[in-house]
Amino acid sequence: MTLDPAYLDYPRRQRGMDHGLYTWSSIFDRPQVAWPGGRKLAVALVVSLEWFPIIAEGVFKAPGHMQTAYPDYRHYTAREYGTRVGFYRFLDAFAKAGVVASVAVNAAIADRYPGIIRDIMAAGHEIVAHSTDMNGTIASGLPEEAERALIVTALDTLERVSGTRPRGWMSIARSQSFATPRLLVEAGIGYACDWVNDDLPYVMTTPAGPLVNVPVNHELSDRQIITVQQQSADSYRQQMNDAADWLAGEAGGRMLALHLTPYIMGLPYRIAVLEGLLADLAARPDTAFLRVGDVAQPWLGSHQP
Amino acid sequence: MAEVMAGGMREGEKDPGLYDFRPYRDRPPIAWPEGKRVAVWVSPNLEYYELDPPASPHRKSWPMPHPDVVGYSHRDYANRVGHWRMAEVMTKHGFPGSVSLSVALCQHVPEVVADANARGWEFFSHGIYNTRYSYGMDEAQERRIIEDSIRTVREATGQTIRGWLAPALTHTPRTLDLIADYGLSYTCDLYHDDQPAPVHTKSGKLISMPYSLEVNDHYGFFIYNMSPRDYADTLIRQYERLAEEGGTVMCIPLHSYLIGQPHRIGAFEAVLRHIAADGRAWITRSGDIADHFLNGGGYDAVAADAARHRGEGV
Repeated sequence: MTLDPAYLDYPRRQRGMDHGLYTWSSIFDRPQVAWPGGRKLAVALVVSLEWFPIIAEGVFKAPGHMQTAYPDYRHYTAREYGTRVGFYRFLDAFAKAGVVASVAVNAAIADRYPGIIRDIMAAGHEIVAHSTDMNGTIASGLPEEAERALIVTALDTLERVSGTRPRGWMSIARSQSFATPRLLVEAGIGYACDWVNDDLPYVMTTPAGPLVNVPVNHELSDRQIITVQQQSADSYRQQMNDAADWLAGEAGGRMLALHLTPYIMGLPYRIAVLEGLLADLAARPDTAFLRVGDVAQPWLGSHQP
Repeated sequence: MAEVMAGGMREGEKDPGLYDFRPYRDRPPIAWPEGKRVAVWVSPNLEYYELDPPASPHRKSWPMPHPDVVGYSHRDYANRVGHWRMAEVMTKHGFPGSVSLSVALCQHVPEVVADANARGWEFFSHGIYNTRYSYGMDEAQERRIIEDSIRTVREATGQTIRGWLAPALTHTPRTLDLIADYGLSYTCDLYHDDQPAPVHTKSGKLISMPYSLEVNDHYGFFIYNMSPRDYADTLIRQYERLAEEGGTVMCIPLHSYLIGQPHRIGAFEAVLRHIAADGRAWITRSGDIADHFLNGGGYDAVAADAARHRGEGV
């Protein structure tokens, strides 16, 4: 079979990116960032707090979703374990370390367990909108009206329960359609955490206005290292400390996002590793724990690339 | 002098006939400059992946529907962050790069290409984009991407490419013959040996340059799921063994969106420090290895060894 001649056409072979969502720049050439207190490294703890319906739906199946034939009690309840138990171990660990975090919350969590939202707010943590529930996946193929409704429903619900409309967003599996950045801006979102191409925030351009992208490195997540790559929790801790050492040693401010999952890192045999890691990082004089909204702050309202 | 067997790939046959069988015993010695034991080359893949590439009938570009945000942005990390982090560490320890280049990077992010060129790195082609696959191309189409590669790299860097690593490792039965026809010296697509060797092509003088999938950072991190320190240990074990055996080639193929991540680069730097301090390594570029092998007697000795084994039958 001969290939279509158009396969060798390159209509976007041009200076810069092959799309108009952001411009190229090297992190080493940008103006240096200074975090509050002159700290070198901003550590952003990002917890995904999710509710998985026992009937999986959506444009794709979210990571962590149901696996067995119906009814999949094992995955439904194991995810609920994270919400009931693991997440409270996280809250206690954050309090013990004296640090604040960002919690990417499915709106269903607010609807079902409003007490959790109160506990998050009381501790000074930030709520980032994280779709409706784990069936609320976004990808090309989801009609734009459905995507808009999903975003607005998530924000309305979180505002109603928490009293504050979130300005931050994280998509399930960080998956977007081509319309997502514009729809997020139209819905009042100022920063999103889906694109993983940097160690600092940068500004995206959408037809509805700018959107700050805060990269939450998926390579450094507990899911990737422990669940997907099957490495030990101790190795995870060492890798995070190695990352902190390297980033703090580069010229200019850097961010290190620790993406945490209650049903992974909140288990009894792993939680002490998280507590140890938080202690390691909190002991560093060059490090500040910032919520992703605080990390995004210097870029909000700016037009720097 | 022994002749290298002529003739390209035996298309449709069970043995593609790409090279001669030669057991790893009683081989003529390959001597590297200054008595070094192992030629070490580091091969950063400087790539560009498209957000919304056209569909190939033979291979899907991205696991998710376009835009595959994580897949694309993970790779884009290379051209915003990873490249310089990796390149600085290589330069610091005296390792030049031999670049496997998505040549469209010359248009998209010429800063990365210029940086590599300024560091004295060599470029060979890895296709136009790593999201355009060669499967199914006819000869004219494949000639177009080879000519595009030669022209684009020459205009961007002043260098004439000497080698080829097929885009996303996608080939046609003609690829090796065609790159030989254009005068290229080496292919990085064959994984049958730890030493260079002649490749059977219709014309030209093409050698297989030991690259590596097994110690490629992509395999280390995503096939074998190694931790950064386990991968570093793997590279050191690979090096130690190849240096002990001698006359060998060790390639360290890298992607800066992987090795340039902050939790990995420190462990990798320790590997470069180890190899640089050891003293047995000829730390060089793929084209220099090819030149030494082609012109320093290695090619002829290996061709004679191949002829000897052909006489024994298989």
